[in-house]
Formats: sequence, C-alpha cells, structure tokens
Amino acid sequence: MATTAVTAPVQSGKRKKNPFSDGQERLAWLLNLPTLAVILFVVGIPIVLSIRESLFRTNQGVDPNTGLVASGDTFVGLDNYINAFTATASPVTGVWGTMPRLVNAFINNMFFTVVCVSIETVLGVAMALIMARAFKGTGMVRAAILVPWAIPTIVSAMLWKVVFDANGVMNRLIHKQVLWLGDSAASQWAVIIADVWKTAPFIGLMTLAGLQTIPAEVYEAAKVDGSSAWRTFTQITLPLIKPALVVAVLFRTLDTMRMFDLPYGLIGANKYSVETLSMFAFMESRSQRYGAAAAYSILLFLLIMLIAFLFIKLLGADVVGDPETRAITEQRKRLRKLHKQQVQRTKAKASQTITSGESAA
Amino acid sequence: MSRTRSVRRVAATGLSLTAVLAMAACGGSDSSSSSSAAALNWDQKGPITYVQGKDNNNVVQPLVDKWNAAHPDEKVTFIQLSDKADEQRQKMIDNATTNGSSGYDVLSLDVVWTAEFAAKQYVVELPSDQFKTDGMLDSAVDGASYFNKLYAIPASSDGALLYYRKDLLDAAGITEAPKTWDDMKAACAKVKATNKSIDCYGGQFQKYEGLTCNITEWVNSAGGEFLDKDGKPQVNSEASLKGVSYLQGMFKDGTIPAEATTWMEEPSRQAFQDGKLVFLRQWPYAYSLMQASDGSSKVNGKFGIAPLPGLTGPGVSTLGGHNMAVTKTAKNLGTAKAFIEWYTSADQEKVLAEKASLAPSLESLYSDASLTKQMPYLPTLLESIKTAKARPKAVQYNDVTQAIQDASYDVVKSGKDPKATFDSLQTKLTDLTKA
Repeated sequence: MATTAVTAPVQSGKRKKNPFSDGQERLAWLLNLPTLAVILFVVGIPIVLSIRESLFRTNQGVDPNTGLVASGDTFVGLDNYINAFTATASPVTGVWGTMPRLVNAFINNMFFTVVCVSIETVLGVAMALIMARAFKGTGMVRAAILVPWAIPTIVSAMLWKVVFDANGVMNRLIHKQVLWLGDSAASQWAVIIADVWKTAPFIGLMTLAGLQTIPAEVYEAAKVDGSSAWRTFTQITLPLIKPALVVAVLFRTLDTMRMFDLPYGLIGANKYSVETLSMFAFMESRSQRYGAAAAYSILLFLLIMLIAFLFIKLLGADVVGDPETRAITEQRKRLRKLHKQQVQRTKAKASQTITSGESAA
Repeated sequence: MSRTRSVRRVAATGLSLTAVLAMAACGGSDSSSSSSAAALNWDQKGPITYVQGKDNNNVVQPLVDKWNAAHPDEKVTFIQLSDKADEQRQKMIDNATTNGSSGYDVLSLDVVWTAEFAAKQYVVELPSDQFKTDGMLDSAVDGASYFNKLYAIPASSDGALLYYRKDLLDAAGITEAPKTWDDMKAACAKVKATNKSIDCYGGQFQKYEGLTCNITEWVNSAGGEFLDKDGKPQVNSEASLKGVSYLQGMFKDGTIPAEATTWMEEPSRQAFQDGKLVFLRQWPYAYSLMQASDGSSKVNGKFGIAPLPGLTGPGVSTLGGHNMAVTKTAKNLGTAKAFIEWYTSADQEKVLAEKASLAPSLESLYSDASLTKQMPYLPTLLESIKTAKARPKAVQYNDVTQAIQDASYDVVKSGKDPKATFDSLQTKLTDLTKA
C-alpha cells in the first residue's frame, strides 16, 4: 500500500524531476556557469579545434625552382584517419613484428597497460596492507613507499637510465650484459620495471585509504569465527576496499594508456619496441605533420574514453564519490525498480484475477 | 589565415592543459613571411639573443660577456639548449612556428638543418652585399647555402677523427695509426694479446642523429654514397653495402662491443677515457676533455689522433659544424649581423678552438702557429674536413634521417641482412627526396 505514494512522481507524464530538487535549479545553473565556461574554454574548444586540425594536412611540397616550401594547410577530410590504419608505406618492426606504425604503437599501449597495471595492483595492495599495519616505524615505511610516487616521471626516467646502462647497477646485479637502452623486448621490461616502481605506491595509497575505513570489529568478528588470514582477506578486506581499488586501477589504466615521458626519457624517440600512441603522435607533430598528429591523438582520446566507459559500466567504478549524487542515483534506481515491479504486479493481477484469484501481495 | 593562426594559438594554450591532445594544434607553418631579404633593415641595433646547444666546455658565455662589455647597448643574451641535436632543432622550430614568441634572434644551426630552416623560411636569406665568406672553408660555406643562396655563416666546421691509444699501440710495436679498417682490426688483435679485457673500436651507434653520422662515414669510406650529386639515393649500391656489411661484421665478431649500440657522444667518450677502448670515432670537441689532467680522464697524454680509416685507404668523415643564422622574427638585424661577424672572426674562432677544440670555419687558422702547437691534429682535421661529405641536404631531413636510423639500427643491432634492409631504405629515400 505504501508504494503508491512513492511511485506517483515517476508515473506522472510531465518531464522527469529530480526527486530531491527544491526548485532552485535555475540558480544552480547560474552559479555553475563560470565554472562551465572555464571548462568549455580549456577542454571543449581545444577538443573541437583538434578535431578540426585532424582534417587538414600541412603542405610539405618543395618548389623545385626556389627550394622553398609553400606553406599552408589543405583540407583532406578523413584521410588522416584512414591513412592511420592503411599506411603500408611506413611499416615498422618492433617486438611484435612488422606492421603499420600506429598498430605497433597501439599494441605497445595495450601491452604496457595490461602488464603494468596488473603488477602494480598486486604490489600496490600488498604495500597498502603493510602500510596499514601498526608497528614500530610505520611512518618510515609509509614515507619510503611513497617516495617513488613523489619523484617526477622524467626524473625517474633519468635515474633508471643510469640503472639500466650497459655498465649499470642492473647488469651487475644479474651478472649479464643486457642492453636495456637499445630497442628490444628488454627495453619494454625496463619501462615496465620503472613504471611499476613509480606508480605501485599510487595504488597503495588509494587502497590504504580504503583499508582505513574498514572497522576493526569486522576483523575481530572474523577472528572469533576462526576465519583464516587468506579467507579474511578475500571475504572481508577485498570486497570492502573494492570501491577504492577500482578507482585507483581506473586512474592507473588511463594514465598508462597515455604513457609518454617514461619510455621517451628512458629509451628514446623512434624506438618502436616502446613507442606508445602519444609518442607516435608527438613524433608526427615534430615532423610538422600536425594533421596526422591530431588524428592519432583523437584516436587515443576515443580509446581512453571507451576504456573509461567500460570500467565504469562493468566494474561500477564510482569516480565521483559524492554521497549525495550517489544517494540520488540509487533512489532513482529504486524508484524505477519499484515502478517496474508494480507494473508487473498489475499485469499479473489482471491475468490472475481470471485464473486463480489473489495470491500474497 | 591570420585569424586561423590566432585561433590555433588559443587552441595550443588550452591543449597544454589536456595532456592527451597536447600535440595536436601547437604549430603549423606560417604563411606570412614571404618577405625578401632585400626588404629587411640590416642597420637596426639593439639587444639580441644567441641560441645554441649545451656549452660543454664553458667557453661561449665568456665570449658573449666579452662582446657585452664592449657593446653595452647591444647586449647579447646567451640561451643554452639541450646537448642533444634533435632537441635543439625542435626547440628552434617550435620557436619559429609559435606565433608571438620571438625571443630567438641568432641561431647556431647544425649544418644539416640549413636546408629545412631555409626552405621553411624560419631563417632569412643573408644578402651577399652584407655578409662575406672570404677565407672560409668551401665545404662549410656550401653547407650553409641552399639553392645557391646563403642562409647562414659557418662558425665552426667539424669532421670526425680517430682517437687511438698511442701508448697501447706503441707497446704492441705499431708506430702509426691504421689507415684501413683491416689495419685497425690487425692492430687490435696485437693490443688484445696483452690486454684481454679491452674492446677494440667504438662510435656512436645509439639510435639517434649520431647513428646517421656514423653510418654515412662507413658508406662513404667504402666508396659508396647516400645521395649522388643529382640528389638521387644510392644507398644499396655495391660500394655502400660493402661499408655497411663491414661494420656489421665488426659488431658480429666483437671488434665493436655490443654496448656501443647504446652509445651517444658522451657515453662513448666516457668509455674511451675510462680506458675501455683502443679506438674511438669521435668529434674534436672531446680532445680537450680527454686531455684533462684533473683525474677525470685516465687517458690524458696517452692517446693520439688520426684521420678516419676506410676500406682501402683514408676514410671519409661526415661534415659537421655549426652555422649562425638569423631568424625571421629577429628585429635588431644590425646587431645580429655585427655579432655574427665578430663571433666568426679569426680572434673569436681561435678562442673557441683553443678552449673547446671547435674546428674553425676559417681556413687560415688551421695553419696558425699557436693553434697547431696546442692541437697538432689541426692539419689532419683540415684534410678530414676538406674531403668530408655532408649528410643528405633534404628539406624533410627529419624523415630522411629517421629512415636511415631505422635501417642502420636494424643492421648493427639486430643483425639484419644489410642488402635487404638497405634495399627498402633506398625505396623510402627515393620517396622522400623526390621533388
């Protein structure tokens, strides 16, 4: 009986209203306008202009008499995008065989993302578990774990360059001469090691925040029930840190997709075994092919959007994390569900009246 | 067009905030500068900037200070860029293609950039009634010209030299530096008989511009060439392949250590001055650093210098050096001109030679008594530069050198078949150099 009151606003044929709204929507828009304008200016307009740029090609032809380059851009439609996938003129050979440069960069991107983020997640959670423990010198351990995260990426690239030098620390440790800084699978692992070193603490930090919200009573109860450490971890810790962990992994995934400074600083430009999409776009712009560079950047942008979308849909990453918004969304879901149930029930009732009479309501 | 330009500038500013798209809109070529050289005012005086790569020997700033002391109203600000050539070039292009950012007036251009900077009109043509190149090396002046017009004034020239461990060769009973690659290998074998751990030869084989310089020498020294006199690529000729194959053979038999594929100038200098190499192909700049007696170099006083060896006789060096050019955004052209004249005069070039081993662009200095006393290799270097060959003068030099590096790195590092690799390089270069 109580349900009828709640379902009323949903059923009304007028435009959907925020059930929590107090009628000040217009004021809210007004107050948010300056912020929206700034976002439009620094994010919206550049994206539109980049899309526009990606439809042009910079002239590179040389006048055979004067030797001068006729400057200017030509509109080429979607050519830059089409060429990205069909360009057979410039195949490159990285670790994955000979293929168009964009495809090679794309595979590198995916490879780095999957490998780096997996290792970082495992290590990060382990770090968080250690940091959460209360023991002597916790402060020191926390600081030590967070130091790599605090170092700028390009600086850590330079540091690791020394480590991975032909006569560097790494080769002395493994008693073998591996040419990490060349252009090979070893270079990929150099990048992965340096990236994990730098960013596992980030996942650790985010997970630690999640860990600290778990009340001690839950663990005490588990202890009383005789739960094993592993079981406690998988049944209590993991589900409870999941919201924080998923967001951390999402951020890391997006970051790794855009990876640029680490391979560029550590291994170098035009090294196809470590070239990522953003490096490729950057190198194209260095050759003054701004149209193509813009097109590749847009492709990367779309790819990242898609991955972010999948993450939020499939893993339910709660990126906003605002309790009010969450409450509103949940309330809407609940109302929709109730409404659906009610419709079904009405239908069921309609059919049931004929056959068997009322059952439990 | 100008409206588009300013819109793009806005785009560029905004984009730097959105990292993903940062590279999309920050440039483009400029259409406004079709001004001919004659229309420029070469008398206007005032402060200017001078831009060049890292001053490894700390000699440029004192020179600039000297100029500033004598010309208080025409002060020159010295801007140092990275010590990597690729990055210097990009910084200069960025500066030329970003509207509103003047700042760079006189550029120290690497000899290979001249064609590109001239063709894209980042630098202005230097009128012959204002600039004189009398007494300068022909090869250097040619390197500063494009389509028979002068775009820069050579400030230094450069040729590679073979640095060798004189003490070790002496001990092995070898009295003079090797003239051919075979001689060099034979000398190494003798030295290694008593010094087991030392490596034979080193150069700059990391994948960067230096690789192009090195590989060009191996091709030229075997009688091959990258571009013939008509500008047609000839990289897969029999002679070219001979040089490349010989180099690959030296990597395969360990004459060149595998780690040389990660060496740029500085790491290779470090290896030589740590006593790890018998021979090193290096530019003259390293001479004074290796002679340092403060303990940083283990080879001071123990090494000699010779022209590069070749397949059957003396080798052919890659022409290096820097030219001073004036950007299209420069305002105080009178000062720029006077500074270039002063900087490339015999007195200043002598200082640069003495303090930084920079090879002069003025031929007379190669027989200067006090210079040759300090640097006995100067006459040899002169011969090296006179026979030196330039790298391809291509407008799309960035793509050309990248194609060369791709192919060369495949050959020296991955051990790919030189013929197949350079056949496909030939195809690529043909495509890139056609008008």
